[in-house]
Amino acid sequence: MKYCLVVDDSAVIRKVARRILEGLQFRIAEAEDGARAIDACKGEMPDAVLLDWNMPIMDGYDFLRTLRQMPGGKRPKVVFCTTENDIAHIARAMHAGADEYIMKPFDKEIVASKFHQVGLL
Amino acid sequence: MTEADFDFLRALLHQRSGLSLSQDKRYLAESRLGMLCRRRGIDGLSTLVQALRPGTDLLLENAVIEAMTTNETLFFRDRTPFDLFRDVILPEKLTANAASRTLRIWCAAVSTGQEAYSLAMILDEMAARLVGWKVEILGTDISSEVLEKARAGIYSQFEVQRGLPIQMLLRHFRQDGDKWQVSERIRAMVELKPHNLLLPNSHFGQFDIIFCRNVLIYFDVPTKAKVMAALAQRLTADGVFVLGAAETVIGITTTIVPDKSHRGLYRESRSSNAQSAGLGLPFDRTRTPTLSSVRG
Repeated sequence: MKYCLVVDDSAVIRKVARRILEGLQFRIAEAEDGARAIDACKGEMPDAVLLDWNMPIMDGYDFLRTLRQMPGGKRPKVVFCTTENDIAHIARAMHAGADEYIMKPFDKEIVASKFHQVGLL
Repeated sequence: MTEADFDFLRALLHQRSGLSLSQDKRYLAESRLGMLCRRRGIDGLSTLVQALRPGTDLLLENAVIEAMTTNETLFFRDRTPFDLFRDVILPEKLTANAASRTLRIWCAAVSTGQEAYSLAMILDEMAARLVGWKVEILGTDISSEVLEKARAGIYSQFEVQRGLPIQMLLRHFRQDGDKWQVSERIRAMVELKPHNLLLPNSHFGQFDIIFCRNVLIYFDVPTKAKVMAALAQRLTADGVFVLGAAETVIGITTTIVPDKSHRGLYRESRSSNAQSAGLGLPFDRTRTPTLSSVRG
């Protein structure tokens, strides 16, 4: 079973994402900001990260840059999932090493499609 | 809706578009045509049928057909046909057509354009290998309403997130608020025309590849056979036919047979790549030279 870390400061979004991803046979952990997500990755590197952009303490962009510099061979797939829906943010995220990008609002079909595209399904 | 009105609508839809509407789809007719009535200020389905019975209001007939046609589609829908297009069909055609340097593709039920634009994006990303080639993508549909949307190439945020990789969105779309428009370059690669699959099609010429996915499922077997025969006439001798994942040629035609190596692809039964070469009864087709009849 693949392991996905859901990083979002909204408990509601984390709950919705968890439900969708558990339905796609993922094991789930949650983090409410980038700093807690880094700690979680130090404990166990996930196969996938579903990542919000705007969060307190450390935002999704800084998390991604830190994650991509972490030692170890495992490179988790990172799928942004954010209300930052303009082309400049998308390009910036991809340049920083994101694998896919979901523009909120989202549904199960979109999540499945994006996870499929990056080879997680 | 009375039984007589429903029977009339079923007959009209079948005769004009080939759509096969079974008894259990009565709710669908009531729902979709009810919406059409409300949009047009018609006070109910029996009034609509009354207006249709003389057979003189062709615009209203077209509106009924459009309302009853399912136009759901996605970018890179089902993914595999597009992988096969890029990895199997295109390399094969680039070799086979090296002398003429032409490639003609027909999306026979293009709906709102996503299939044709998906193919165009794949071709655009292989542009270096297609220098000096004349590549045409024709997209046709019975509904002028969906063709208008296809021509505009404007899609919602939801539509561009189902099946379309984000890198392709960045490369081939322009953002306008919460809408996304396919780039002019990609739109210019696709020619869109209205066409009823039951009507003659020889004016379109011959095609190397025909996509006709998820439309035959709405037809009864005789109509499927008629449509397949008409499309097969437009396929070059070594052409490739692509059907939807839930569609088959079994029991419909022996002219087009499954590709022996690639599930989802179909070929003319005489083709060397056909699974059951020799079993079919090839059409007595009169081939027109490729590209001869569709310019202009």
